Amino acid sequence: MTAGQDCGLGDWTTAVLGDRGGVRSVLTAPVGVLSRAGEQVDPLADDVVRLAADLVATMRVSPGCVGLAAPQVGVGARVFAVDVTGHPKTLTSHGTFVLCNAEVVEASRWRLGREGCMSVPDLTGDVKRASRVVVQAVLPGTGAAVRLVTDGFEARALQHEIDHCLGRLFLDRVAGAHAVYQRKVYL
Amino acid sequence: MSELAITVIGPDRPGIVADVAEALAEVGANLTDSTMTRLRGHFAMTLICVGPSGPEAEAALAPVVADGPLVATVRQVGAEATSTPIGEPYLMSVHGADRLGIVSALTRVLAETGGNLTDLTTRLSGPLYVLLAEVELPPGTAEGLAERLAEAAARLDVEVTLRRADSDML
Ligand SMILES: [Zn+2]
Repeated sequence: MTAGQDCGLGDWTTAVLGDRGGVRSVLTAPVGVLSRAGEQVDPLADDVVRLAADLVATMRVSPGCVGLAAPQVGVGARVFAVDVTGHPKTLTSHGTFVLCNAEVVEASRWRLGREGCMSVPDLTGDVKRASRVVVQAVLPGTGAAVRLVTDGFEARALQHEIDHCLGRLFLDRVAGAHAVYQRKVYL
Repeated sequence: MSELAITVIGPDRPGIVADVAEALAEVGANLTDSTMTRLRGHFAMTLICVGPSGPEAEAALAPVVADGPLVATVRQVGAEATSTPIGEPYLMSVHGADRLGIVSALTRVLAETGGNLTDLTTRLSGPLYVLLAEVELPPGTAEGLAERLAEAAARLDVEVTLRRADSDML
């Protein structure tokens, strides 16, 4: 396998996580857990598999939510769910998945884009992110190592969620003093 | 040529900028630098213009503010203040629970390092207070400053990051 090659999720699906997860409540800033780096996890541990299922369930019931990280539900762990399927800005998509202990190992093609966050509900910000990334992680429930190569919106979502796992919000990365915006409410 | 510094502040409504710009155009004012934003629903505009005298500009703006709650100030200022860039551009992000003294404590730390603020925004969003500041730092001071900011932020129980503001020349 060459460095830039996507090895995909293999036969992993959310079915690996077993029973349907429960919906947890999403915390909003300011709260300490959102600003602390999460712990490495054992992807086979029961509580981690349960957390993964809960993140997927919570993401699914949250309108417009394309990713959710463990610190957002109050757990200081390096676990997050992503699903950018069907989003108009999506290029490559790996569907619905959960990653543990993920890290960005390659990043290129930096672009500015506006992003929001369920944990910062009333603000959005312009953030420079790589539009092509290689991410290494392990999958919950199987412990399989994965190497995902992706781009565009999925790449942005992965970096946003990995930041959550490092205790970073998009507010820590906005591009300038005027790069935060009150979320627009259209009547 | 002497310049005028003008501020217009009040409850927002459509058309304030058009009214102000039109009034100033009628007395031959040339708007140079200006900025306008909304702060918790209040219209806030600051501008520099050249052309009219202070009293002429005040007279031109009088009808705009006469019937409403807008407040305009006009003040003559010297020619452009020459601000020589003193160093490296950095961006500071701060967020945490709203409390008294966040801005004063952290901008004081910046000032003590010789940092010069060039742009500042604060937003209160529910219980969350956000401060973003662009600052020029004397070369070689960023690392020490980051440590002192972290200490001040810990006392205030807020999160602070200081990072280089890169501007790509294209
Ligand atoms: Zn988020």
